[in-house]
Amino acid sequence: MALDDAFEAREFKVVGTRPIRPDGIDKVTGRARFGADASASGMLHGAILRSPHPHARITSIDTSRAESHPSVKAIVTRDDFAKELSGEDWNVLENVMAGERVLYDGHAVAAIAATSVLAAKEALALIDVVYDPLPFVTDVDEAMRPDAPVVREGVADESVPEGMNPNVVRYHENGHGDVDIGFAKADLVIEKTFKTEAAHQGYIEPHACLAQLGADGNGELWCCTQGHFVAARICARLLGIDASQLRVTASEIGGGFGGKTTVFIEPVALALSRKSNRPVKIVMSREEVFRATGPTSSASMDVKIGMRKDGRITAAEGEFRLQGGAFPNAPMEFAAMAAFAPYDLEHVRSKGWDVLCNRPKQAAYRAPGSPMGAFAVESVIDELCNKLGLDPIEVRIQNGSKEGSRAAFGPRFKRIGLIETLEAARAHPHYRAPLKPGQGRGLSCGFWFNHSGETSVTLSLSYDGTVSLAVGTPDIGGSRASMCQMAAEELGIPFDRVRTTIADTGSLGYNDVSHGSRVTYASGLATIKAARDTIQKCCARAAEEWGIDPEAVVWEDGCAKPSGHNAGDFEPMSLAEIAANMGDTGGPISGHFEATPTGAGVSFATHIVDAEVDRETGAAKVTRYTVVQDAGKAIHPSYVEGQFQGGAVQGIGWALNEEYVYGDDGRLQNAGFLDYRIPVASDLPFIDTVIVEVPNPGHPYGVRGVGETSICPPLAAIANAVSNAAGVRMTHLPMSPPRLLKAMQEAGIG
Amino acid sequence: MVEVVLWASLRRLADDRESVEVDAETVKDVLKGLVEQYPALRPHLLDRGVSVSVDGQMVTSGWNEKISANSEVVLLQRIKGG
Repeated sequence: MALDDAFEAREFKVVGTRPIRPDGIDKVTGRARFGADASASGMLHGAILRSPHPHARITSIDTSRAESHPSVKAIVTRDDFAKELSGEDWNVLENVMAGERVLYDGHAVAAIAATSVLAAKEALALIDVVYDPLPFVTDVDEAMRPDAPVVREGVADESVPEGMNPNVVRYHENGHGDVDIGFAKADLVIEKTFKTEAAHQGYIEPHACLAQLGADGNGELWCCTQGHFVAARICARLLGIDASQLRVTASEIGGGFGGKTTVFIEPVALALSRKSNRPVKIVMSREEVFRATGPTSSASMDVKIGMRKDGRITAAEGEFRLQGGAFPNAPMEFAAMAAFAPYDLEHVRSKGWDVLCNRPKQAAYRAPGSPMGAFAVESVIDELCNKLGLDPIEVRIQNGSKEGSRAAFGPRFKRIGLIETLEAARAHPHYRAPLKPGQGRGLSCGFWFNHSGETSVTLSLSYDGTVSLAVGTPDIGGSRASMCQMAAEELGIPFDRVRTTIADTGSLGYNDVSHGSRVTYASGLATIKAARDTIQKCCARAAEEWGIDPEAVVWEDGCAKPSGHNAGDFEPMSLAEIAANMGDTGGPISGHFEATPTGAGVSFATHIVDAEVDRETGAAKVTRYTVVQDAGKAIHPSYVEGQFQGGAVQGIGWALNEEYVYGDDGRLQNAGFLDYRIPVASDLPFIDTVIVEVPNPGHPYGVRGVGETSICPPLAAIANAVSNAAGVRMTHLPMSPPRLLKAMQEAGIG
Repeated sequence: MVEVVLWASLRRLADDRESVEVDAETVKDVLKGLVEQYPALRPHLLDRGVSVSVDGQMVTSGWNEKISANSEVVLLQRIKGG
């Protein structure tokens, strides 16, 4: 970490305020252009033929009848994409367009470009595909059995012990100490098995793109994505073209939450465009979003924790089995690494298994793996507290990780704010508020690593003294506002003098995806550094004008000033004055920063939930919710609160209702919002928020990412509340009415 | 020399050692030194990639990040997010 990246306490003027969001008017007036809003002259419409089988060999694909349809201009199959790919490139291509076999219900088989959406969809029925159905498996535990149908052979890496079903493709283990010694010291040991079902990110905007690609390999792509630079890189590989020949522009995005960090339809639209020599637009239906994009993994987990009567945890052990669809990389290692991170443990062991199933390729979903792991661990801690008659916050404070604690996943923590979130939760009126009969209260902590990644920013002055800031991370959570604030803070100018634009891939250096809660940290750091670069240049212009040494000029309140009496007696020169004359004093002034920062600080949260259960129907309802989370420094507190609330709401959906339901035929049964029920406003209480600010030592302002940690505690906090209300420990999410009713009936309750 | 801590399932590929000493001034030196001593680590460390915690700071892509002899260096699965 470079020294000038380090946190330095200061008084802020713009940072920490709540200005009106710069994209707000565009979004409420319909002026904002989302993925499906793009169009081009001569544009065709694409549609994708998808497998009705969960697993089948493709015997033949005959496109001749579709080709004779008068409106059809191009048809592509796997033959129209790059050959000889390997590793994750091959996995992405195989998911985008099936090769020899279809691996899940909804897997793409062929695509058509036609002169209208209707014609394209109509012509899909004219493609004749002969399938040879194969055995399939959709449950993670079943897929690990020795006799389970094999999804794909030869995928397992060197970490998997010999003798396991080929569906088991990766193994991870972390921890320290000797858990047997630790368990022997416990007064009470509880071990339980948990399951969570796959949930979709539920972004409101379906995937959409407009592609144009010539036979010369020169192309343009407009798409809703969390990372257009990465989209360009992947698409170029899948199409066999040069990345720099493909210019990608990110549209406004109607939600991503990790699900738009990869590509699905974009390479297909490009292939259709290349074949038809016309622009091609593809917009997914909601059914396609469910069947063929990337939900999160489902999980099966065993957790065992030992505790003394005084609340000290003596040992903890977990095994986390996650399926990621028909492809490797289910985030089992993050479940294993994050699950025990909130606790300072002498003896801890975590194991993770990555398992293939005949389901769509999982995609990231806010803190991938962590919410499931937290559900299992925090449920057992709740049970231990109940049985030992201990206060759940006091137990967590007693065992909580702090600066210098050795994390279960290896390193010692730098400055962190878990204890501060617990203390703030303890002090919150919610924690001591009386419960009504039939209600239960739940508590949980959660952890996420946070990420940095490649980042480029350019900040340019205009002649009128306003500032244009170009960043390469799509705005998925209000980052344009926070970037404007950080630039304004550094430059000493008002917030509304800065406009932040998401630059296309031809206009800025490479940027990693907007994921890993990295944007406010990494693009923010880059913005601060680009502003400081600009200030240095402005000071040099003023120095030249005054005929003094540049080192004798300081920047204060938006002006260059002589550093003291010895430097000379000159009137301060404002940013606007310097900008107005920049053409005559050396040319345009821009500041830049490009780096892969390394100071992303980890983040913790504590959630308190009250819930009540209808004992006749099994319906659970969250009646009160409080989120307490360490933000390091909240640049725009309203957006930070929004992230906290959003994570809680998505957690409520995942905990109570959301679930991919597969039938005995291996097909998804609920590919739509009528049958896959996300929470709506009437389902929710007001989500109260408390921002804790323990500065991240790796950011000049102390920023920590906040986008993901907020979804780590909800599954456990809600499950603890519902379990305490129902009088039975709920170990399988979602706690839908039938599942909760059955659990109560089996326990003789109700 | 820098002591590098391996995560548990990686140790099988390094003679079951919990940590390995390498001559390193940067993160790149760490990975290179580990692979030289234990070639079986190559697929994980160099082909698929890892994150490296240096004194509690996560380094995912910064191979030139400096390391001192008394740094706490821990290998981690490559950190990603949503």
